[in-house]
Amino acid sequence: MNSTNGKSEKPLITGKIDSFFLHFYNIFNFIRRLFREAVRPPIEWGEFINQCYQVGYKSLALVTVTGFITGVVFTEQSRPTLSEFGVTAWLPSLVAIAVVRALAPLIAALICAGKVGSSIGAELASMKVTEQIDAMEVSAINPFRYLVVTRVIAMTVCLPILMFYNALIGCMGSYFDVHAHEQTSLVAFFDNAFTQITFLDYTTALTKSIVYGFTIGVVSCYQGFHATQGTLGVGKAANISVVISMFLIFIEEVIIVHIFNSIR
Amino acid sequence: MTDSKHHIFKENEVIRIRDLYKSFGDKHVLTGIDLDLYQGENLAVLGRSGTGKSVLIKIIIGLLQQDSGTVTVLGEDVNSLSYPDLRALRLKVGFSFQSSALYDSMTVRENLAFPLKRNNKSMSRGQIEKTVSIVLDAIGLPETIDQYPAELSGGQKKRIGIGRTLILRPEIMLYDEPTSGLDPITSTELNNLIVSVRERFNTSSIVITHDLTCAKTVADRVAVMDDGNFIAIGTFDEVFSAQKGLVKSFYDYNFIQ
Ligand SMILES: Nc1ncnc2c1ncn2[C@@H]1O[C@H](COP(=O)(O)OP(=O)(O)OP(=O)(O)O)[C@@H](O)[C@H]1O
Ligand SMILES: [Mg+2]
Repeated sequence: MNSTNGKSEKPLITGKIDSFFLHFYNIFNFIRRLFREAVRPPIEWGEFINQCYQVGYKSLALVTVTGFITGVVFTEQSRPTLSEFGVTAWLPSLVAIAVVRALAPLIAALICAGKVGSSIGAELASMKVTEQIDAMEVSAINPFRYLVVTRVIAMTVCLPILMFYNALIGCMGSYFDVHAHEQTSLVAFFDNAFTQITFLDYTTALTKSIVYGFTIGVVSCYQGFHATQGTLGVGKAANISVVISMFLIFIEEVIIVHIFNSIR
Repeated sequence: MTDSKHHIFKENEVIRIRDLYKSFGDKHVLTGIDLDLYQGENLAVLGRSGTGKSVLIKIIIGLLQQDSGTVTVLGEDVNSLSYPDLRALRLKVGFSFQSSALYDSMTVRENLAFPLKRNNKSMSRGQIEKTVSIVLDAIGLPETIDQYPAELSGGQKKRIGIGRTLILRPEIMLYDEPTSGLDPITSTELNNLIVSVRERFNTSSIVITHDLTCAKTVADRVAVMDDGNFIAIGTFDEVFSAQKGLVKSFYDYNFIQ
């Protein structure tokens, strides 16, 4: 009747490789279902806004602190080299380029992978293993729409905002450091900083953080939604969500940078 | 036994299962199950742990899929329904989990209101509140309305779980071990609740249990399951007067110990 269940078919090559490809197939189906359900109205506004609050607002403090410190440290560490050549005036634009092109997208993404990815993974996994997701199913509620679609979209929307915020705070951190040493005014600093950043830089950063946000959302929801093995599975899902998200983020970073550099 | 004035429509099967097989890997869990549930009837399914009772009712509601065989619920073949149609059918079938499966992050009020809010978008806030309090009265726990599941006892959780399924006014109830792990007094209360649910909400039910007292109190017929199939089906007296093999050992264990 249905061949996917039960009745153990012989593994194609070996069990391991077989299940590796099965995993890919499942993730592919997961993403396909995600798109199908995401475009079908009505949108779950309540849960979406709740998730934006969980993802965005609750990560704000962490993003602020790390952004500020990155700005200060990067400025401090670049100053000796620049002053050797007598070009400390380039500091603002150097920092701005580094922050917008590379640091902010990565830092915001890694923080969210650690903080939000693990919590989504653990939350959905614990709902799965205690049959709360099945309970939604039997109450005629579509748990995929309610739990997964809202979380992935919230993550995809919030990460770019967090990223730009992180970049801004990074530049502020840099400004405080520059102001203390070189007495630049805020207007002069930002004038200098942002003249060097092109539209393409913003586009690259935006693309990166949209892709990273989507990745974190999909990976952690997938891990949570397919958790097994009781409470052991909850810890596993949280852990694997973070590890795989971070790994994929670095791979995507390389690919996106290559694509945009070829346009440049 | 339940009072005889309750009418069972023997000509009207709300659940009809034929030749149902299910295995997990090499483990054959269900091996050719045939079962009918008549309208207005309470059927108890008895059996040792691990014989596939939970798997059986999960297939009925479409949480698991069978390997072969047919399951017809309220005239619809569960396995061939599209997802939206399956959800429409699930509105008419209540399922109370062995583990209660209450939503941890919600209060009792929210747990009960959630299925209503999701399924009846047109219902006003006041109507939802009213329905929640009617159901809480029916299950006898109005005082727990603002508590979280973590603050409830096992028996209270079971009852809230039953309430959460009743709130959608199902025609069929599937209870997975409503009395397991509870003391005899609380078990008796739950048995009475199951009987009163049929009177108040006009349901037909399958009650899975290990507990013979529960079966005797709530059921019109009992079905005894072993190794993935039924070894006896009939009224409580029919099944346990014969007293052969496993049925006998089940009986002896429950009533002599
Ligand atoms: N999702 C699953 N994957 C693999 N095996 C399963 C799954 N669900 C159930 N089983 C197996 O099916 C068998 C029957 O399980 P089931 O939960 O139906 O037992 P049960 O009769 O309800 O027992 P209990 O009275 O302890 O609840 C068990 O041996 C179990 O290992
Ligand atoms: Mg069970």
